[in-house]
Amino acid sequence: MIPELGNFALVLASVLALGGAGLGLYAPREPVLQSGVLSMVFGQWAFSFVAFTALIYAFVVDDFSVSYVANQSNSLLPWYYKVSAAWGGHEGSFLLWILIMGTWMLAFALRSDQYPDRFTTRVLGVLSLLNLGFICFALFTSNPFLRLIPLSPADGADLNPLLQDFGLIVHPPLLYAGYVGLAIPFAMAVAALLEGRVDATWARWCRTWTNMAWALLTCGIALGSWWAYYELGWGGWWFWDPVENASFMPWLAATALVHSLSVTENRGTFKSWTLLLAITAFSFSLLGAFIVRSGVLTSVHSFAVDPERGMYILIFLALVVGGSLSLYAARAGQNTAKVGYEVLSREFFMLVNNVIMVVSLAVVLWGTLAPIGYEAITGGRISIGTPFFNAFFVPLGLMLLGALALVPVLNWKRTRAQVLASVYQALGVSVLLGGLIWFALDPASLLVAGAVGLSVWVVLTHARQLWFRLGKGSVPAAYIGMTLAHLGFAMGTTGIAITATQSVESDVRMSPQSSIVLAGQQVTFTGVIDVLGPNYGAQQGIFIVTDGDRSYELRPEKRQYFAGGNTMTEAGISAGFLADTYISLGEPLEGGAWAVRAHYKPLVRWVWLGALLMAFGGILAVFDKRYARQRRRQEARQGEVTLS
Amino acid sequence: MNRASLFVPLGVFVLILTLGYVGFDLGARSELPSALINKPFPEFNARLLGRPEQSITRDDLLGQPTLVNVWATWCPTCLSEHEQLMQIAATTDVQIVGVNYKDRPDKALRWLAQFGNPYRWVLDDRDGLLGIEMGVYGAPETFLLDARGEVVYKRVGDINPRIWRSELAPRLLQLGVSIAGSDADGARQP
Repeated sequence: MIPELGNFALVLASVLALGGAGLGLYAPREPVLQSGVLSMVFGQWAFSFVAFTALIYAFVVDDFSVSYVANQSNSLLPWYYKVSAAWGGHEGSFLLWILIMGTWMLAFALRSDQYPDRFTTRVLGVLSLLNLGFICFALFTSNPFLRLIPLSPADGADLNPLLQDFGLIVHPPLLYAGYVGLAIPFAMAVAALLEGRVDATWARWCRTWTNMAWALLTCGIALGSWWAYYELGWGGWWFWDPVENASFMPWLAATALVHSLSVTENRGTFKSWTLLLAITAFSFSLLGAFIVRSGVLTSVHSFAVDPERGMYILIFLALVVGGSLSLYAARAGQNTAKVGYEVLSREFFMLVNNVIMVVSLAVVLWGTLAPIGYEAITGGRISIGTPFFNAFFVPLGLMLLGALALVPVLNWKRTRAQVLASVYQALGVSVLLGGLIWFALDPASLLVAGAVGLSVWVVLTHARQLWFRLGKGSVPAAYIGMTLAHLGFAMGTTGIAITATQSVESDVRMSPQSSIVLAGQQVTFTGVIDVLGPNYGAQQGIFIVTDGDRSYELRPEKRQYFAGGNTMTEAGISAGFLADTYISLGEPLEGGAWAVRAHYKPLVRWVWLGALLMAFGGILAVFDKRYARQRRRQEARQGEVTLS
Repeated sequence: MNRASLFVPLGVFVLILTLGYVGFDLGARSELPSALINKPFPEFNARLLGRPEQSITRDDLLGQPTLVNVWATWCPTCLSEHEQLMQIAATTDVQIVGVNYKDRPDKALRWLAQFGNPYRWVLDDRDGLLGIEMGVYGAPETFLLDARGEVVYKRVGDINPRIWRSELAPRLLQLGVSIAGSDADGARQP
């Protein structure tokens, strides 16, 4: 009964989405009709919430007559995995996507008093139209509420053991919040194009939403990378897998958008470009959904293939992106503004950032889609792997770092060359440090030393300028946010450069009571014991790691899951700020010995910590005083007066 | 701004969309012509993966049919075809030689330890020079050589059960390779 209720709620949500889209895009002037759009948005959220709760309920009470539950869950699962199993597969994860879409719309509707009423109505109309497409996709091609009657199984097939992890609980919701959040700047761009009005005020409205979505997307990607690192047991943290690329592409576009919006807000220029980026960023979210959910590409973590779904998304993509780009082509030309700036100016360096982001985007897009084109022409499947991406991203990353170091001292429009003196002092220090690191590295690499040296340069110039500004009085939250995000980028790049080249990996055969030396630490294998988890049995290896006078235990596991008969490796990781020690069990060998994989990964945490710092900076910038509610409301009113 | 330039994004999108569509609607599959078909496999001298003191040449491949499989650890498609290769190694007596293409030896060895090793030899082609000789587009690629070292068949992309049944198994039977559990047509999957 409850699943049918969920299904019915989803149908109601689709009806409200249709109503909201029609009325919102018609953009009535009457306040009654405008508040009608608002109520339909509340309704969409409420019914999506009911549908999602119904699905969770079906999982919690083990209703295996529901096909999706039978495929994804098992009665032996702990309750928190039963709940998160709801988004462990295609259908449920898409329902989560719809709920998150509804939540963003609700958030926008709740803050609607800050924007002109017709603008709000249009934005919500565009969002409702998108939501309608999402809900119909769920209802017609991937309904999670379908029943298996009368052949309901006694127990479920179990959740993929890879997904039975804390990562599944938090990674998809955060990632989707980022993906779907980009719909807000998209809808604001479309509304602005419909109104033919793009100005600094619009950019200021757009920035808070873009920053939030970007920060959530950053967290989501970082969490996914961290999850892959400890769960897949390969010791890597990024694989240039098509699904990873699918999340990276909207991130690159959103990063460019965050910067270009800043120029549009402060200088009133880059307008068409900003609109285009807002459309592009969300389009890549949709493209990502197409790649992940249609099975066009071979990937470690794509969902089950279904041609019908792929075709639906492709048509949806064509309508949404094609429609908005046509609107852009027809209308964006009205927003040109001539504003001059010199090379040594913030505008120019924002442009550098944008060019690097767009080139990176093109590289990832090429690397992801070329195999499809290739398959279409020849029928063969190939992979474009790490060598291709590294060839581009190493120089692009270095260039970005170099440009970033100058940013804190630059002014809008033009900067006096004398200001650069402090930057050069910092450059001297970082060249010296980079040189030292070059000598210390094994194997020595100029590129790695360069990355670290440039990162140090970025840190020095940003820290110095922040210190200088703090000394002069209060510093806007947006400036601190910018500084933190840039420091996070430097931190992440350092982590990537060091961990990619300085890790020690040894695969050895170890018999009980034997020990090896791993990067100066002594690792002793004491043996294997049997342990029992809630839905698996495991062999647990006990390793004692001694590093100087510090000593600790690592317990990697080899798990056999009861339901599916899957075997999983659970690595034992000692996480440290400066380095991780990572041990996983391979195969049992004769005489109680085991194949053991032991890694020492310096600075690997910095990759994710850097990303989190970036996200934190993005969120901090949202709380800048200049976006404060009261002032904006007044401005919005004034804006309306001048419009009418 | 030039008005025409505003249409550029739309044009790019239509291009990408077309690609997505054809990629999706993989009706027209055709084989990629290889410059090497019916020509001798190129001469080479390559070190073995994990045993750099030992190297083999083209002559070592002669005397029996050989599958030369180009793979790398950075290639997810290679992982998806690996099971098929393991099965070919287990059920036939064809000699399979791997070319580890643009890869790191330590990673490659770990990969083989984890997923199994179907290869008689694995050649270490970390700089991709042998790949250039062979005219490799990407990974995975597979060449079938007869006993005289001539290329009789080339597959760009993965060896999946369909390709195995319809293209590879019949050619192996023609070359006199015995396939366990197969009828004369070699069509049955073990």
